[in-house]
This record gives sequence, C-alpha cells and structure tokens, in this order.
Amino acid sequence: MIWFVGKKLLGAIVTLLVAAAIVFVLLDLLPGDAARFILGINATPDSIATLQHQLGLDLPAWSRFLHWLGGMVTGDFGTSYTQKVPVGALIAGRLSVTIPLMLLAMILSTAIGLPIGILAARRRGSLADAGLMVLAQLGVAVPNFWFGMLLVLLFAVTLHWLPPGGFVPWLDNPIGALSSLILPSIALALPQAAILARVMRTALVDVQSSDYIRAAQAKGLTMSEAVRRHGVRNALLPVLTILGLQFAYLVSGTAIVENVFYLPGLGRLIFDAINARDLILVRSTIMILVFIVIGTMFLTDLCYAWVDPRLREGALR
Amino acid sequence: MSDVGAAERSRWLRNPSLRIGIIASLLFLLLGFVSIVWTPYPIENINVGAAMQGFSGAHWLGTDNLGRDLLSLVMKGTLTSFIVAAIAVAIGGLVGVPLGLAAAAWGGPAEWTILRLNDFLFAFPALIIAMLITALAGPGAINAMIAVGIFNVPVFARVARGGALSLKTLDYIAAARLAGMGDLEIARRHLLPNIASLIIVQATIQLALGILAEASLSYVGLGTQPPATSLGLMLKDAQTYALLKPSLALIPGITIVLIVGALNLAGDGLRDLLDPRLRRIGLARGAA
Repeated sequence: MIWFVGKKLLGAIVTLLVAAAIVFVLLDLLPGDAARFILGINATPDSIATLQHQLGLDLPAWSRFLHWLGGMVTGDFGTSYTQKVPVGALIAGRLSVTIPLMLLAMILSTAIGLPIGILAARRRGSLADAGLMVLAQLGVAVPNFWFGMLLVLLFAVTLHWLPPGGFVPWLDNPIGALSSLILPSIALALPQAAILARVMRTALVDVQSSDYIRAAQAKGLTMSEAVRRHGVRNALLPVLTILGLQFAYLVSGTAIVENVFYLPGLGRLIFDAINARDLILVRSTIMILVFIVIGTMFLTDLCYAWVDPRLREGALR
Repeated sequence: MSDVGAAERSRWLRNPSLRIGIIASLLFLLLGFVSIVWTPYPIENINVGAAMQGFSGAHWLGTDNLGRDLLSLVMKGTLTSFIVAAIAVAIGGLVGVPLGLAAAAWGGPAEWTILRLNDFLFAFPALIIAMLITALAGPGAINAMIAVGIFNVPVFARVARGGALSLKTLDYIAAARLAGMGDLEIARRHLLPNIASLIIVQATIQLALGILAEASLSYVGLGTQPPATSLGLMLKDAQTYALLKPSLALIPGITIVLIVGALNLAGDGLRDLLDPRLRRIGLARGAA
C-alpha cells in the first residue's frame, strides 16, 4: 500500500512540476519583456530597467522559475502588478468562497444523483426508471451557468427568496455567506447529479446481472442482500472515477458560475487578472487550479485502491 | 458501417431515440448552415428603435437590446457553436486516435509515454487551457477550438487504445502479423477500420460536450468575440438584459439544450447499436 501511495504521489508531483514548467514558459518567457509590457510603450529605458530589477527579470530564466517554484512551496506567490498586494493573500481570500462552493456542489450532486441512480436501477424498466432517465438525459445537456441564470430569475428576481448574487464574508455573516452560495451550488450540482445518476444506474444494473451476484443468490441470499454484501463495492468503482473527475472539473464549472452570481472567488480573480494582463497573478492562480485538479485525481486514485485491493497488489495503472 | 445488415437496419428504424437524435441534430446543423447564405435580418444591423421587441410576425423570436433579430442571431450562433465544436473534435480525433493506436500497437515504453501524456492532459480542463491561451494571445473563437481540441485528445486516445487492445488478441491480427505486416500497417489496415464505429460514437458525444464548452468559454469572454456571435456569447449579452426580457436568456439556452440533447441521444443510440455487449443486455431487458 505504501509503495502504491508513494508511486502515485511521485506521479502527481512530476505532473505538477511539468505543468508549472509549461505555465512558466507560456506566461513568463513567451510574452517578451513583462516590465515593458506593464509600463507601456512610452516608458523610458531607465524606468524599465528599474522595474526589471524589482521583478527579478534581469535574472536568468531558470533561476526565475526556481524562485517562483520555491516561493509557491513556501506560500510566497509574489506581488500582483495591478493590485499591488501579495498574490498569496488574494488567493487565500478567494479560496474561502471557491472551496466551500465546490464542496457544497459536490455534496448536493452526490446527495441527489446517487439515490436517483439507485432508485432507477432497482426499478429497472419501470415508468419511474424511464422518467428519471429522461430527466437525467435532459440534465446532462443543460449548461450549468445558464441554469444559474434561470435560478436567479426565478428565486432571486421573481420570488425574492435568496440573494441574486454577491457575497458577504463568512466572519461578518455566516448565514448570509451560506445563503449566497445556495443558488450557485444548485446550478453546479444538478447537471452533475444527472451524470452521476446515469453512471450509478448503469453500474448497479451491470452488477445485478453479474455471475457472482447469481452465485450469492444461489447460496441463499436475497437480491438486495447479495447486492449490499457483494455488489456495492464493485458498483462503487465507476462511480468513484466519475466523482473524482467531477470534482476536478468543478474547478472550471465553479470559475464560470462565479460570474453568474458575482461571487468574489478564484475564477473571477483569474478573469480579472487576464483582462488586466496581470501575468504574475494569472500564472499563480492557474497553478492553484491545476493543483486542485491534480490533487483531486491523486486522492481519487487512493480511494480507488482502498475500494479495489487488486490495484494495490498489482500496482498496475 | 457499410457492413450493417438488413436486420441491423430494421433495428435502427425501431430505435426511436436514435432516430430523433439524428434527425434533430441534422435539423439544427441545417439551421446553422442556412445562415451562411440567408438569415431573416443581417445580424450586424443595429437598430435601437426596434430593441427589446417581443415575438411578432416580423421578428419571430423578438429582438435583443440592440434591436437585432433573435432568430437570425440564433441561426448564426448555432453555426459558430457547431463549427467550434467540430474543429475541436477534429483536433482531438486527428491527434488522439493515432496516439491511442500507436500506444496499442507498439506497447512498451512508447505506450507508457503516451499514457503518461494522456494523464497529464487530463489534468488540464479546457477552461484552464483557454485561460492560458487568452492570457498569451488575447481572446477569440480559435482559442476555444484549440482549448477544447486539446481537451479532446486524451479522450480519443483512450477510446482508440481501448478498442485496439481488445482487437489485438484476435486471430486475424495474428494472421496479418504472420503475413509479414508491421505494427503500423496492422494498426492502419486492420485496427483503425474496426474501431471506426467506437470513434464515431465518441465524436458525437464530444461534439455535444464541445458545444457546451464553447458556450461556457464565450460566456466568460474567452471564446467567440463580437461582432461574430455564438450561443454562449448571446447568453453573455443576455446576462445584463434578462431581468427586463427573460426570453433573451431562454432562447439561446433552450437552443443549446436541444442541440446537446439531440447529439447525446444520437451518441447513446449509436453506442447501443454498435456495442454488442450492451445490445445483449438490451435484448434481455426486452424479454423480461
């Protein structure tokens, strides 16, 4: 098990390093001289040289890369050109919106998707199954941000039940903060729940028709006992894969849906930074997103090995 | 699919969701293509006097905040969304399928490298790629094509490798090898034609995902830019005015849902038709 975890961890670290190198090459080396870029075309050579020195641009590229990497490991992400504040503090503030939103969306989509999938599988072929699967098919086709716009129109503008957007900090008003995350998390969760329900249903249907369940029934177990004692672990495998992927892709979904609700999260920070051409801010925030994705995939692999002992032993992919 | 027999053809006709999916997808594609030669009004026509009109004989779907005809915008937008998604599928297929085939055909270190590359690409959602390109080169529809295309590469590689691996152990591949064919020739002449159906199914599904991705990217300003239009860009514009006129958000959104739903139906239907394992389950279900 330790061997397996170590191998996966090493893989994740290598992936992060390569990703950092690519981001660095794209956003630091290719755009040319950042100092000239910030100061505009009317800058004097003197002021450019001063800023270059301040930003460390007179150092060789590899040393700048290592400095950036070392900084990120120790929590020092540099200083934003445009906002003149440490990038680390900016990111930390934004994560207090984005991470709770992602978790809330994940909990909601699991709480909705899995029971629906199980119900549909248990009543396979019934009208309920058909109806739920039509709904799921529809849910898969709905863009989450558009669904968010509709939720705002219905629950905020028309019914006035929930705020249409914006955010109050957790420490000022925890209830208010939570209530401004309700609509965005529903917008993110429902399309995901549709996918989850379909995967859960297929996995359980596969399990129910497998030989070992038939063997367990022949041994005298009822169908539901057989599924509970032998089937659930097997049905969980594809569901776990999808859950991991969904959490990873929630990174994109959250960044986009934050725009619908004017939430001051990580996604909006990046879009603002891109518009302001603040490349120091862009590269660090993008690395945070990549880190969340890769970290999630690593944890998914661990869960996978925990559920399926074959993966631990074989140490195969 | 030239080897689909008569029995298969009647199955095709009896599968209503596949039929609905394919016909609806083609209708939307047609709607988009018609906009190349004709739209009810030119979408460049800004006429503030005619802004925010409701449904009428002159403007079937009404007009937007700039007085542009919404039906014309939907037609042009559908075309853009299809083109972006289709080019992204082409990028993903043209790079991913050869990678997947090469991994299956060569095995060993080549396969290992390709699989690691695949894992690596999976760690970059299309949004992050689009952010990188936009920070570097400014926004545009081409960014969306490239970003979604890169996202598609590992998907197609995995499908191609999986399909090819399941064929590789079959006797006729061994026979081809005995006849002196090399790995690449076997991949091209025997593996590729046999996994074509898998790839078509995946392409349909990726086309649907591509249309959703284009919408998201354009909505946050990383995709299609004005004066061109796409369904996602229409939703971005609607953000401001939907409070006054909800149909500005409803019409492009419903169009997206219908297109994506139709493509998914077609993809699922094709998969059921082409995957013998699922077909058996389907028959068993019919009998029960």
